[in-house]
Amino acid sequence: MCLAIPAKVKSIEGHEGDVEVGGISRKASFMLTPEVMVGDYVLLHTGYAISIVDETEAKETLRLLEELAQQGAVYS
Amino acid sequence: MEFCGGHTFAILKNGIRDLLPSNLELVSGPGCPVCVTAISDLDKAIFLSHLPQTITTTFGDMVRVPGSHGSLASARVEGADVRIVYSTMDALDIAQENPQSQVIFVGIGFETTAPTIAASIVEAQRREIDNYHVLPLGKLCPPVMGALLKMGETKIDGIIGPGHVSTIIGSRPYEFIPREYGVPFVISGFEPLDILLAVEMLVEQIEEEDPKVEIAYRRGVKPEGNARAQQLMEEVFEVSNANWRGIGEIPRSGLSIREKFSHFDALKAYDIEPGLSREPKGCICGEILRGIKNPQDCRLFRRACTPENPVGPCMVSSEGSCAAYYRYGGEDG
Amino acid sequence: MPPTTAMAEKMDNRITLAHGSGGSLTHKLIRETFLPLLSNPLLGRLDDGAVFGVDKGRLAFTTDSYVVNPLFFPGGDIGRLAVCGTVNDLSMCGARPLYLSLSLIIEEGFSQPDLQRIISSVREAALEADVEVITGDTKVVGRGSADGLFITTSGIGIVPEGIEVSGTNAKAGDKVILSGTLGDHGMTILIQREGLGFEGPIESDCAPLNQMVSSMLEASHDIHCLRDPTRGGLATTLNEIALQSEVGILIQEDATPLNPSVSALCELLGFDPLYVANEGKLVAMVKASDSDRVLEAMKENKYGKRATIIGEVTGEHPGRVVIRTRMGTSRIVDMLTGDLLPRIC
Repeated sequence: MCLAIPAKVKSIEGHEGDVEVGGISRKASFMLTPEVMVGDYVLLHTGYAISIVDETEAKETLRLLEELAQQGAVYS
Repeated sequence: MEFCGGHTFAILKNGIRDLLPSNLELVSGPGCPVCVTAISDLDKAIFLSHLPQTITTTFGDMVRVPGSHGSLASARVEGADVRIVYSTMDALDIAQENPQSQVIFVGIGFETTAPTIAASIVEAQRREIDNYHVLPLGKLCPPVMGALLKMGETKIDGIIGPGHVSTIIGSRPYEFIPREYGVPFVISGFEPLDILLAVEMLVEQIEEEDPKVEIAYRRGVKPEGNARAQQLMEEVFEVSNANWRGIGEIPRSGLSIREKFSHFDALKAYDIEPGLSREPKGCICGEILRGIKNPQDCRLFRRACTPENPVGPCMVSSEGSCAAYYRYGGEDG
Repeated sequence: MPPTTAMAEKMDNRITLAHGSGGSLTHKLIRETFLPLLSNPLLGRLDDGAVFGVDKGRLAFTTDSYVVNPLFFPGGDIGRLAVCGTVNDLSMCGARPLYLSLSLIIEEGFSQPDLQRIISSVREAALEADVEVITGDTKVVGRGSADGLFITTSGIGIVPEGIEVSGTNAKAGDKVILSGTLGDHGMTILIQREGLGFEGPIESDCAPLNQMVSSMLEASHDIHCLRDPTRGGLATTLNEIALQSEVGILIQEDATPLNPSVSALCELLGFDPLYVANEGKLVAMVKASDSDRVLEAMKENKYGKRATIIGEVTGEHPGRVVIRTRMGTSRIVDMLTGDLLPRIC
């Protein structure tokens, strides 16, 4: 269950702070990701950061996805 | 089977089924927390909403689901203070800003949301908020997957696993699925290419006859999951039996609030008497959730049951199969 | 006469039932609030109705009520909305908007300074659109009977000879042009209203489009349909036209422009921008060979900078709208059914 999108951490105060996505900001809770730092990208679900997006993994997946797209995801 | 409602949504919206070969069929599972909330549990929430000096807070999707007698939305029309919140944080703020009212949070969700509910209870305790109560309706994914496989109603050759539930619980809780049932399991992200990648990995596992749990969504899921979130869940909740709409009671598949936090438990704080619950006639949400029927197989689909006039939860929740098929499925579904 | 006590001063600043009775307070309101802001010879006469002549041609006539909540929002307010909405409805018929009526239903206790602000917005929007408010009405209802303020505007315009713009006129082969970004108004209102805690550079696109439409009609005599995608969003509007004209419509998913803030909010809350309301956009069905010229004309107007071709009208699947996704697959786009609820989890 599902709706979570990557947002950038702009500020941290205690275990709360502000995150931003596409110019939109919101207060967020970092109670589930206390190790977060300003500048990290987190997966935001109902106002809580549920994980820190691993940049290396993100890049690797993007590479894989591009490869797939080029091979032709369409089987006909 | 794609377990998760968010995947059903992405698959239909992007026309993914049209990209798959004809011998590959995707069937939707029960991964929609609104859809699997038992009608008797929804009735409890509606009962609570009518209480005086009570503010009922909920995620948006729950508001229009028909209970046995009306919905939270109709309760609001009748004068109940029902508010949609984006986050349990907001529900807590409402409690703090309205000390003369009792604030109830309708706590549906799977393991993605459960930690946020747990966090709100821990935070309520820290801030000494005493007018905040959670109606604990959280449910767990691996047990219902096991139950479906055990029931064996649909022949499932592979499971596209939920992305964000797995962000929390990691990949290990699913290992019993390939081990005991020989079914391949790949955890997928939500972009259309993510889903196709997961399908490709499942097909490979099937061809190699080597079922296992794999993570395709590596930017969002680690094998061990989110330890802090798991810890919070463990601190606040204990596993209990739960009633799944359309499936029935599944042992050890739900979350109830531990004794230590019982003063935040709406079930303990209130005498809830919602009256007799009854399922709407003709609604086959249950069979759709189990993956044995499609929305188009339902007599009510597009006729008596539409997003404007929903009969069952699968049509209300935008992660429900019926709503997704209605909106994006076209004539042939 | 200046108020003598603080209480009287406070009362003086609120609309009371007496303001709607038609008596001296009503006249005071008209003379002190409405006339100075909306002044024009026809309104100034204060007759029961406004009498005016028109050039030869067909008349277009439209009416709309505005019940938006909140009354004030980033990018506008109910006053601006009331003018733009009706001006745009006239423009969508190919008419040049001329005159508006303005009826207010005000809730007892409404703040006079707020009323002043709203009427100022009406004035500014009317000036921008080059229309005049020539007749009006004010009623005051008891507390709780109106959400602060309701406005109804009716509008009259003239349709020049030879212009035939109608939802029934779309032809296979026409290009579908969208004047700009989707979802700005609807998402702005939503986050103001529900208190969801989001902030950011997002504002309503509420705007009068008549000048842009004028230059479009000058650029081409083969604009077959014009419509503004308000409630129900672009998806609903395209479906209406497809049904009225008995044609099919095909659009490209990645052709529809979105502001990043709207896109982010839609992702966060689970909305589909195709279904979110707009108040300063239009969609046009134009003969293919004229479409580039019309597009140029639109881009020269401040409200059409991001105008773009998003698809075409086809003879296939009449009555249905189909979208080609980024993945190259196609699926049907239905009308909006039910409410848009925030999809949260």
